[in-house]
Amino acid sequence: MSMIKTNHLVFEYDKLDETGNVVGKYRAIDDVNLNIEEGQFVAILGHNGSGKSTLAKHINAILTSTEGTMWVDGKDTKDLDKLWEIRQSAGMVFQNPDNQIIGTVVEEDVGFGPENLGVPTEEIWNRVDKSLHAVGMEEYRHHSPNKLSGGQKQRVAIAGVIAMCPKCIVLDEPTAMLDPIGRKEVLRTVEELRKKEKVTVILITHYMEEVIGADRVFVMEQGHVVMDGTPREIFSQVEELKKYRLDVPQVTMLAYELRKKGVKLPKDILKTEELVEALCRLN
Amino acid sequence: MIRDITIGQYYPTNSIVHRLDPRVKIMCTLFYLISLFLFKSVLGYVLCTAFLFTVIKVSKVPFKFITKGLKPIVILLMITVIFNLFLTNQGKLLVSFWVFKITDEGLRTAVYMAIRLIYLIVGSSLMTLTTTPNELTDGIERLLKPFNKIKMPVHEIAMMMSIALRFIPILLEETDKIMKAQIARGADLENGNLIQKAKNMIPILVPLFVSAFRRANDLAMAMEARCYRGGEGRTKMKPLIYQKRDYVTYAATILYIVVMVLVGRYISFRVWIF
Repeated sequence: MSMIKTNHLVFEYDKLDETGNVVGKYRAIDDVNLNIEEGQFVAILGHNGSGKSTLAKHINAILTSTEGTMWVDGKDTKDLDKLWEIRQSAGMVFQNPDNQIIGTVVEEDVGFGPENLGVPTEEIWNRVDKSLHAVGMEEYRHHSPNKLSGGQKQRVAIAGVIAMCPKCIVLDEPTAMLDPIGRKEVLRTVEELRKKEKVTVILITHYMEEVIGADRVFVMEQGHVVMDGTPREIFSQVEELKKYRLDVPQVTMLAYELRKKGVKLPKDILKTEELVEALCRLN
Repeated sequence: MIRDITIGQYYPTNSIVHRLDPRVKIMCTLFYLISLFLFKSVLGYVLCTAFLFTVIKVSKVPFKFITKGLKPIVILLMITVIFNLFLTNQGKLLVSFWVFKITDEGLRTAVYMAIRLIYLIVGSSLMTLTTTPNELTDGIERLLKPFNKIKMPVHEIAMMMSIALRFIPILLEETDKIMKAQIARGADLENGNLIQKAKNMIPILVPLFVSAFRRANDLAMAMEARCYRGGEGRTKMKPLIYQKRDYVTYAATILYIVVMVLVGRYISFRVWIF
């Protein structure tokens, strides 16, 4: 079943000059057609200002389209009666870990979502226990979020989303403000969740390394979806990616440079082991 | 470091007072503060002292911690004592020099006023020492609930209080960062007179406000994304439910206040010991 579907989605906002007058329209999303199946791990890549975050906010109905339609779990995001159902079925994790934690204690923050949904007290505790376990933050449940590291805070934010029992989690550049250790932590958590909870994951990022495990990758540029395929298909087109100011993983880059110099290597190398194997096979 | 500052002055231990419902603690503190002004007799002082010290003992908060809370009011205390001491004219003259006269009445009022003020502070800081800011907010929300009927946004006020508590350390850290950034660019925050110093704060306050607004915007979006839509239809993860110990505390406090009223009403003899 399709989890997220868009049909000629367009989002425009007003361009303002210094004095605040409207001088024109800016199309952040321009005629996007997507279809994301349930249970898939989808990555959306794009440079700053490519419209990927705007698209993410549509999935959660924080923004609604100017033209075209978006369906989340079969519900039109413009339908105000279903607004809360949509937000419950599509949870969202934002970039800044500090600005999305509401509770002053970790477990209370995880319970915030279920509280809003009107879940009975006992069930809230069940869900909080389960979610904290799922992200491996049980031992920090009584801590203040201020004392946690960036990666831990993002994991708490993810737990807060899981506690709402969503069908789909949208992560809007969850690792952009983290150090390498925090980034690994968050990605590992997302990976485990996908396996255990079988939720649809939509990861928005500009780090190429993070999308290797995805089932499908969309590349966005100036509001359009310009590339669409498996990570292997996408990364084999190094020239094209460069055009969109995106980097390919280091190994792929190395293989690409070698191939340019005449070494006979396959086009779709994503991992170090693959390159090693391919190089060994040469002799 | 600036980030280690804890708001409120919660003293974490495991005592009955800590485990009491925050509503009970707020109401009983209020009763106690009122009771301090109900009597004039020595017996009254003995009773309220006994009550206060029993609660301190039960709460397991070290005495040192409680007296710490008195430091900021030392000056206020001195002023009160001095004014009462020198400006009371009734009573028997004890000492007199130059234009100042100290009467026994003045001395009495000064001492009693000081005791009342100290008990006032100790009583209320005992509440904040045994209650986390969160519980306090929850308690206030529940206690103010009846005011919902007159369109007072009780839930919103409580939510704002808890968000403020959450963001105080973050904004403190941010202030620290901005100060360092401005100092690195040659801002002078140390020198100059008061007006200049105030002016020097502008390059710190402006970015701080901008950032606070940005954070508020982000947080509002995150809250909406997690289905927040005000207090209606919301359940509580940690609902406040009165336990037996809460009723017992209420009963004890009410008994105390009744005794205090009676003492204030019928026992008016003043024993003057020195």
